[in-house]
Amino acid sequence: MTEESPATEPVPARVGAPVRVGGPPDGQGTLKDLSRSGRRAFSLPELDVPEAPVPADQARRDAPGLPEVAERDLVTHYTRLSQRNYGVDTGFYPLGSCSMKYNPKIAERVAQLPGFLLGHPHQPDHTLQGSLELLWRLERALCEITGMARATLQPPAGACGELTGLLIMRAHHEREGRQRRRVAIPDSSHGTNPASVRLAGYEALKIPSDARGLVDVSALEKLIDEDVAGLMLTNPNTLGMFEEEIERITEAVHRIGGLVYYDGANLNAILGRCRPGDMGFDIVHINTHKTFATPHGGGGPGAGPVGVTQRLVPFLPVPRIERDEDGSFRLDSEAPDSIGRMHGFLGNFGVLVRAYAYVFLHGRDGLKEVADRAVLNANYLAERVKEAFPLAHPDGRPMHEFVATARPLKEETGIRAMDVAKRVIDLGYHPSTVYFPLVVEEALMVEPTETETKESLDAFAEALLQAFREAYEDPDLLHEAPVTTPVRRLDEARAARHLTLRW
Amino acid sequence: MKFAPHTDDDVDQMLEAIGLSSVDQLFDRIPDTVRLDRALELPEGVSEMEIQADMEALAARNRSTDDLVCFAGAGAYDHYVPAVVWPLAGRSEFYTSYTPYQPELSQGVLQALFEYQSMICELTGLEVSNASLYDGATALAEAVNLARSAGSRGRVLVSAAVDPRYVDTLRTYGRGAGYQPEVFDVVDGRGGEPEVTDDVACVIVQHPNAYGLLEPARELFGAAHAGGARAIQVFDPLSLGVLAPPGDLRADIAVAEGQVLGNHVNLGGPYLGVIATRLDDVRRLPGRIVGETLDVDGRVGYVLTLQAREQHIRREKATSNICTNQTLMAIAATVYLGWLGPQGLEELGRQCASKAAYAAERLSEVPGVEPLFGDAPFFKEFPVRLPRPADEVRDALIERGYLAGVPLPDADGHALLVAVTERRSREEIDGLAMTLKEVLA
Repeated sequence: MTEESPATEPVPARVGAPVRVGGPPDGQGTLKDLSRSGRRAFSLPELDVPEAPVPADQARRDAPGLPEVAERDLVTHYTRLSQRNYGVDTGFYPLGSCSMKYNPKIAERVAQLPGFLLGHPHQPDHTLQGSLELLWRLERALCEITGMARATLQPPAGACGELTGLLIMRAHHEREGRQRRRVAIPDSSHGTNPASVRLAGYEALKIPSDARGLVDVSALEKLIDEDVAGLMLTNPNTLGMFEEEIERITEAVHRIGGLVYYDGANLNAILGRCRPGDMGFDIVHINTHKTFATPHGGGGPGAGPVGVTQRLVPFLPVPRIERDEDGSFRLDSEAPDSIGRMHGFLGNFGVLVRAYAYVFLHGRDGLKEVADRAVLNANYLAERVKEAFPLAHPDGRPMHEFVATARPLKEETGIRAMDVAKRVIDLGYHPSTVYFPLVVEEALMVEPTETETKESLDAFAEALLQAFREAYEDPDLLHEAPVTTPVRRLDEARAARHLTLRW
Repeated sequence: MKFAPHTDDDVDQMLEAIGLSSVDQLFDRIPDTVRLDRALELPEGVSEMEIQADMEALAARNRSTDDLVCFAGAGAYDHYVPAVVWPLAGRSEFYTSYTPYQPELSQGVLQALFEYQSMICELTGLEVSNASLYDGATALAEAVNLARSAGSRGRVLVSAAVDPRYVDTLRTYGRGAGYQPEVFDVVDGRGGEPEVTDDVACVIVQHPNAYGLLEPARELFGAAHAGGARAIQVFDPLSLGVLAPPGDLRADIAVAEGQVLGNHVNLGGPYLGVIATRLDDVRRLPGRIVGETLDVDGRVGYVLTLQAREQHIRREKATSNICTNQTLMAIAATVYLGWLGPQGLEELGRQCASKAAYAAERLSEVPGVEPLFGDAPFFKEFPVRLPRPADEVRDALIERGYLAGVPLPDADGHALLVAVTERRSREEIDGLAMTLKEVLA
């Protein structure tokens, strides 16, 4: 290469060029519509033993109405459906609070190794030493990353991790002989927090945010008393900002004998910089898809490991993975104070395999760089769009994501955050999260993640600014959007009113 | 190995745009007192080749159903996964997407889930399904919450022939929800007489049960209804080509481990929690539900619906806290059921039942081995009594290439639960019987 590469001129918006991101607009029926009596895809070997039917009084009378299709139909149908779906592999996906970063392909490959994928959960421990060691090493790594003593890998998703942590909190108080009824949560929290609080048998106590978008610590100190079992908190919080008075918060909760629960939704922002354990948290859950790039599968599977400090170790779920003195690994269910089992087996093992690959690929420096770049990207993007979409809390420093508002735009033009989001779809992107957190009007919650290039951020910023300009110049573009997708805005009220939940 | 794409120039330019001079300044709101003043005690990062080698070495230290002839079941089964399933479910437009909050960009996942819900209804003979839960055990816990939310009744009766891992899961969830499951006895591995008083919310029966046996489900569910309780059935989706479905048996709520629907055994997860119920209870269902609707141009499309049940809208009043579910496994199940079709489902059930019956006969011919519960009918899994502790026999058979089954606590640890799927050939079954005979000799 003799030519110098161009220096500063931003590359045009190729990444976000208008394309039909959602597939062709012509609709298609369901698989049932392709069904023809007698057509089939399955093949099985001939039955090689005598036929033994089930007892007549237990037998099914009418065959289920499953589609009858050829394998070719299946392949075309679901390939086309996949083309009507937008994933991280399709393009930029700045869905705030969801951390839609690139999912490394190597993690997919190793998860398919037969020794992992085809292990039966009822095999005895001595035949599963590799998988048990993987889980043990992952547990140790997660404890180091979060500053906890031990962890369970069993919860199959973050919300289940929350319930696990709250049941541990409950077991702790019961052992101390305390009857406590409430758990404090900030008003900006994710909906799973109050829902988990109720499932754990507690009532939610709402803690207000202050003008900075942080926990109102004075209010917290006044509101909590010896009826409060603990506090659930994300840090960075749901507005994407670090709780600067975190030590005062955790001390206040400890003073009344409560425990502090770290919701790991935003752990990806602080990897290698600080640890929940060092801030005074007692219980931590991790969302592996957010922090360690396990793919989200269109809604799941996830994994929600939970770490605890030393005094809470007795309450962790069973079975646990222990290493014996001879270096062998075993599952241990002998733990009389354990809250019990949170999943039928060991949790979402296949997801944990991917998380292991991610953690050890990156290592200590790589994980820190994940946080550095995620925070850099979010701050850069916030800077590029804040003239049009001001930050909800302009004096704060965003971490890995920022919450902006379309309120000024709405006041001047009537264009709402949802209209902006739909227009952004026509400009080639998955939009940001909108209307969350609930405490910010017309919220646009943007999380670019660390795996996006500067060019990609510039192009997305241009798309947001273009939508902003169009709100004044040609608002119908926003009202009508999206027009490039296979379906346009859908009537959600109709879906709820005329329930059609099956063919 | 790192995936962040920034060049040094990028970082400089971006910092300049923000008005900062170093990346460290981005973290200046973190108090000094809580900062980590050292590197994480983790290894240095490695290359892709190195992580692959590390993980291949770990995987190589496992035995698996890849090298053992598998007769183990008890909630996870070695059914055949057709070639077509994962190349479709594993398309990255599906697996790298998030929960379909923007329906215009998510019609693929939404329609696949609508088809999944439809197929679960067809299978079970019930009216509504959701878009998946975590696994069979947690689906049962959600079903109990559903039943208990319907009125003031709070007690939960569960058959002693329900998978003990499921009952353990109920015990854990019940600590928060305010109940503990009460186990009613079975007679010779099945049946029993639940006392359904007017404070009982639900009666739980697994059919085929944890021993693989067929339950008198109609009678048990009839007893539940006579006492005004909901009947909950834990079922095997792949039994429903040959066995009467939960709806015909008059179950009110049916839950299942959906692993058998095109998902690998994967050391216990990710699996698929299946739940179906009657339309009357649709607003009590946990989790995502996909509904059909129209767009502004009148085209058919799909959205998440009845979201007022869910945590992101209703917060502490939600029917469940579930957010992330097992969508990708549900998509695999949909492709798998499309592959099977009604004839495939029936043929598969016929083969499992016939091969299990043949295996039971062959194993009973081994000296010292007999059925644990006489001639009780079963589907694809059955318990035998061994003359020696079952875990010892199981380990000896692993040495000889067979994962012979799952030891049960029954008969003082001399009972083994044997599962036979369509994958097992007559030769493999004969081989198991012959090898068991050698081991016991």
